[in-house]
Amino acid sequence: MNDKIILKYKVDCDDFTRAGEASSSVKRKLKLMGFDPEIIRKVAISLYEGEINMVIHSYGGTIEVIISPDEIEMILVDKGPGIENIELAMQAGYSTAPDKIRSLGFGAGMGLPNMKKYSDDLNIESIVGVGTTLRIRVYVPIEE
Amino acid sequence: MGEFYNSVYLKEDLCMGCINCIKRCPTQAIRVRNGKAKITKEFCIDCGECIRICPHHAKEATYDSPDIMNQFQYVVALTAPSFYGQFNNLDDINIVLTALKKMGFDDVYEVAKEAEIVSELTRRYLAENEEKWPVISTACPTVVRLIQIRFPNLIDHLLPISAPVDLAAVNARKKAMKETGLPSDKIGVIFISPCPAKVTAVKSPIGIKNSEIDGVLAMKEVYTILLPHMKNSIDQVEDLSRSGRIGIGWGGSGGEAGALLTDNYLAADGIENVIRVLDDLEDQKFEQLEFIELNACSGGCVGGVLTVENPYVAKVRLKRLRKSLPVACNHLDKEKVTDANWTVDVKFEPVFNIGTNIRDSINKMTRVEELCERFPGLDCGSCGAPTCKSLAEDIVRGVAKEGDCIHILRDYIHKLSDELSRLDNKN
Repeated sequence: MNDKIILKYKVDCDDFTRAGEASSSVKRKLKLMGFDPEIIRKVAISLYEGEINMVIHSYGGTIEVIISPDEIEMILVDKGPGIENIELAMQAGYSTAPDKIRSLGFGAGMGLPNMKKYSDDLNIESIVGVGTTLRIRVYVPIEE
Repeated sequence: MGEFYNSVYLKEDLCMGCINCIKRCPTQAIRVRNGKAKITKEFCIDCGECIRICPHHAKEATYDSPDIMNQFQYVVALTAPSFYGQFNNLDDINIVLTALKKMGFDDVYEVAKEAEIVSELTRRYLAENEEKWPVISTACPTVVRLIQIRFPNLIDHLLPISAPVDLAAVNARKKAMKETGLPSDKIGVIFISPCPAKVTAVKSPIGIKNSEIDGVLAMKEVYTILLPHMKNSIDQVEDLSRSGRIGIGWGGSGGEAGALLTDNYLAADGIENVIRVLDDLEDQKFEQLEFIELNACSGGCVGGVLTVENPYVAKVRLKRLRKSLPVACNHLDKEKVTDANWTVDVKFEPVFNIGTNIRDSINKMTRVEELCERFPGLDCGSCGAPTCKSLAEDIVRGVAKEGDCIHILRDYIHKLSDELSRLDNKN
């Protein structure tokens, strides 16, 4: 018996046509597995935001999603510039995205705030000039 | 879970067991088993894509024969706006309607009329329910069914108002009863449909308890019967049409949304595009929109699989027909509107679940991932499933086996023959 399943994805930077592939794949699997729609919504939105952030800001990285009956944990590890001021980055509307990205309709400064809003636990570790690691958790209420 | 009805079915003798339909099906509802295509009822949304793609015409839609008209004392034809787009050089809708009466219908009732009422009701609903934005149109039964089985988070955004055709059926019956004095069961309300999904919507409606439609004819069948009658009608056209630009516009993609007098909408057509929009919508990628119009067929209802004309040509014709019409001929304040709201809650039906509970699902999904690693990833379809991943899911669901993959089978045979030759060498 396995009590968890680990899914792994690679994320390339600057490839907007593929951004969202990991979150769509995870969403599809969670649906097949019969998770509560609200849980899936929380996972899909927070993971999508994280994935887009990697595409916009980092030089690429990996996503690991650990699905167990009581929680879904997403670990996003990237190599990149890191986040200089995490507190500021958490503020709604604050963005360091360049104009090029904004013109594509991204970079509204809602990435991290949305991840916080839709997850139950968000942990950010970032070293400037090295990269960022995000741990996002969504808890699953115990099944009857 | 409710009973599933499908109007798309397989003519087994014509099916060659090729992989065209399994590849095209947007919900991966078809498998080839024992050389014949098999539709999983629960997964099918009656979009008709398999009918479109099948080179052997082995897929068909269930619909009634025109003989059904004989079962009633008084028959009313419900005409969809998309119907008017089927005829070349048509400059007056009344010709079609007059010809329908010549064909044997006692009366005609335009769905476009009710579409105008639904447009007004939708405008009102949008104004009063801002928290439900973006509201998703529910006129296409395939889209509603798709959301019901695959997009549970969007059910709450569905427009809870009857589709124009259902409303038209209610009012056509009332009108007929009043005018003839006949009881309801002597009156036949017959819809001339562009698609199989409307057949399904009659047999197992979503959002309403019962449909008032007694029979559904295919547009392509009525078309051929109607043409000679149309020629005969030209000199004595009755003035029957009561719909305006808004109502007729519903026949093509963008017509429903365009009638809402807001620019804040999105209209997508074609089932793959619809799925993409729903996926993005679920991830809340465009929350600022008020309304989302979705049509499973390319071009909208004019693209239905039971139509005869190229959908884009039909759309141009509708545009031409609309030109000379008033904006709308039917209004809420003038008409006495029967309750058009949905009366039955639409519930999520998790037909795709792989396990009986989360633990079981995690185990099964682990197995799916393991199997996918071993399959070649060519998605060749030789096993009868559309992709390697879907074969893996089928195996885990217990409806297929690993040896169905010809690549795995080949490796197995190679191994066997190696062993045999080794045995042979020993002797």
